[in-house]
Amino acid sequence: MQNLDEYKGVFVFAQQVDNEVSGIAYELLGKAKDLAEPLNAQVTAVLIGSNVKNLCDKLAEYGADRVIVVDDPELKEYRTEPYAHALSSVINEYKPEIMLVGATAIGRDLGPTVSARVATGLTADCTVLNIGDFPLEPIPGKESEQKHNQLLMTRPAFGGNTIATIACPNNRPQMATVRPGVMQKIDPIKGAKAEIIEYNPGFTPNNKYVEIKEVVKAVSDIKDIMDAKILVSGGRGVGSPENFKILEELAAAIGGQVSCSRAVVDSGWKPKELQVGQTGKTVRPNVYFAIGISGAIQHVAGMEESDIIVAINKDEDAPIFDVADYGVVGDLNKIVPELTKQILAAKAAKAS
Amino acid sequence: MKVIVCIKQVPDTKGGVKFNPDGTLDRGAMLAIMNPDDKAGLEAALRLKDQYGAEVTVLTMGLPKASDVLREALAMGADKGILVTDRVLGGADTWATSTTIAGAVRNLDYDLIITGRQAIDGDTAQVGPQIAEHLGIPVISYAQEIKIDGDKVIVRRQYDDRYHMLEVKMPCLITALSELNDPRYMTPGGIFDAVNAEITTWGRADLKDVDDANIGLAGSPTKIAKASDKVRKGAGEKVVPDTPEDAVKYIIGKLDEKHVI
Repeated sequence: MQNLDEYKGVFVFAQQVDNEVSGIAYELLGKAKDLAEPLNAQVTAVLIGSNVKNLCDKLAEYGADRVIVVDDPELKEYRTEPYAHALSSVINEYKPEIMLVGATAIGRDLGPTVSARVATGLTADCTVLNIGDFPLEPIPGKESEQKHNQLLMTRPAFGGNTIATIACPNNRPQMATVRPGVMQKIDPIKGAKAEIIEYNPGFTPNNKYVEIKEVVKAVSDIKDIMDAKILVSGGRGVGSPENFKILEELAAAIGGQVSCSRAVVDSGWKPKELQVGQTGKTVRPNVYFAIGISGAIQHVAGMEESDIIVAINKDEDAPIFDVADYGVVGDLNKIVPELTKQILAAKAAKAS
Repeated sequence: MKVIVCIKQVPDTKGGVKFNPDGTLDRGAMLAIMNPDDKAGLEAALRLKDQYGAEVTVLTMGLPKASDVLREALAMGADKGILVTDRVLGGADTWATSTTIAGAVRNLDYDLIITGRQAIDGDTAQVGPQIAEHLGIPVISYAQEIKIDGDKVIVRRQYDDRYHMLEVKMPCLITALSELNDPRYMTPGGIFDAVNAEITTWGRADLKDVDDANIGLAGSPTKIAKASDKVRKGAGEKVVPDTPEDAVKYIIGKLDEKHVI
């Protein structure tokens, strides 16, 4: 049995790729600071890679009190095994109460492997984390069994149709992966310093070490759709890759960016980086135009937190109208170009 | 070559989710299907059967009715179906599910295990890597392409902004993305045979090297504190304008009202 009281502090896996800290690491540090306050605990970033020590100061600026660095040539590129060995060794040595990992293509592989290795629970793709009691309400007659200061992890399931709050009361650390774009990073504190601990558990390749034959980076200067204030998003109803031109023109006129549904990516019309939804990105722009998008729940799960949703679809019964603030039934091929024209005219009128 | 494909029966969310009048999800009204990522994994295994004569075993854990997806897999061309079902296994989280499936897999010979990346009901993507960890074999998640080279497997592994070509000696576990392939249809002959095919059924007693403390609801480290069907914010306005000009006028009016333009 674990002695749960030995486990202290809020730890964050500070994902880096090519020696650059991923945005999710800063977001997790921001959340970790919130969680650490009621626990009166320290925030520790776990930085894993090769020649990455130079990144410690940045992690400090974004809220890390302490950085544990595991630096080894074996860790140059992400591979499940040496990374899982690194993170689980840190957990066994430093015994965190809470361990947060980004729900990225790396974290969703590393998290489950590590949780199985250190024999604890893991809650996937959390959107809300807070500290509270478990059970939420004491059971009459069993008040003393209610545990306090537990990590309560809330996540959508079923493509966003159900919401569950989950606790991990009897195992440590309490582990969660968190979707990028959900938590807020803090304003960086210039010149902040963290305590730095270098730790190397030793890496001996075994049957679990895969060999990387080739690394192929997507060459792209596409701006991240998660940062856009206005998104003009197209679905299969746009009809063809060429026809996305009318969406590009609308986006340019209104100062937004183009994104798309999964069907569009699956058809090869647009790259995966532009995909909104459960298996794509979670976005919450000020305005989201859903154009020719039917509104499968997996798509809606990735955009329903947008401030204003405008839907244009010729199918009156499309489920997208169930979440749209302003739904327009009609032909996008006629409406979108006209909308672009009118917006440009309105802007010109205001400017003059 | 022996391949095990782990599949899951899930409620279908495609083609319309059904809601109760209060806005909550009507699960009873939805069809049960083979999870899409798992189906892509099965297709990948069947292609290895076509190419190399691999023997394909499909395995699922669930209620007795989950045998339906095993029969579907057999009708597509899988050789053998195993259902792991037992009351004491119910309510399992990903940890307890993965210890259970690993316990079933320990009874079998295999070179390769393929799972879907994630199921459309839970969306966790955790069970595949956790099975690999319990079995002590390498895992390659998010496979976009699978090739065999002697005793090695070569996988194109997707990341957010890149892919890696990875090579590893079998046995190993791969989690499949649904964009890996287009799964084949069941054949009429296959359906006929699958209806009468024998499904192997295993219970708790058949699991190898699995501690009682690690199965079912009681053996799940994560506990549900609260669950609710999400009530969406609901529909706003919907208009059916006569002309595109009217449509645009309406949209511009709203954007102006909200100070977007």
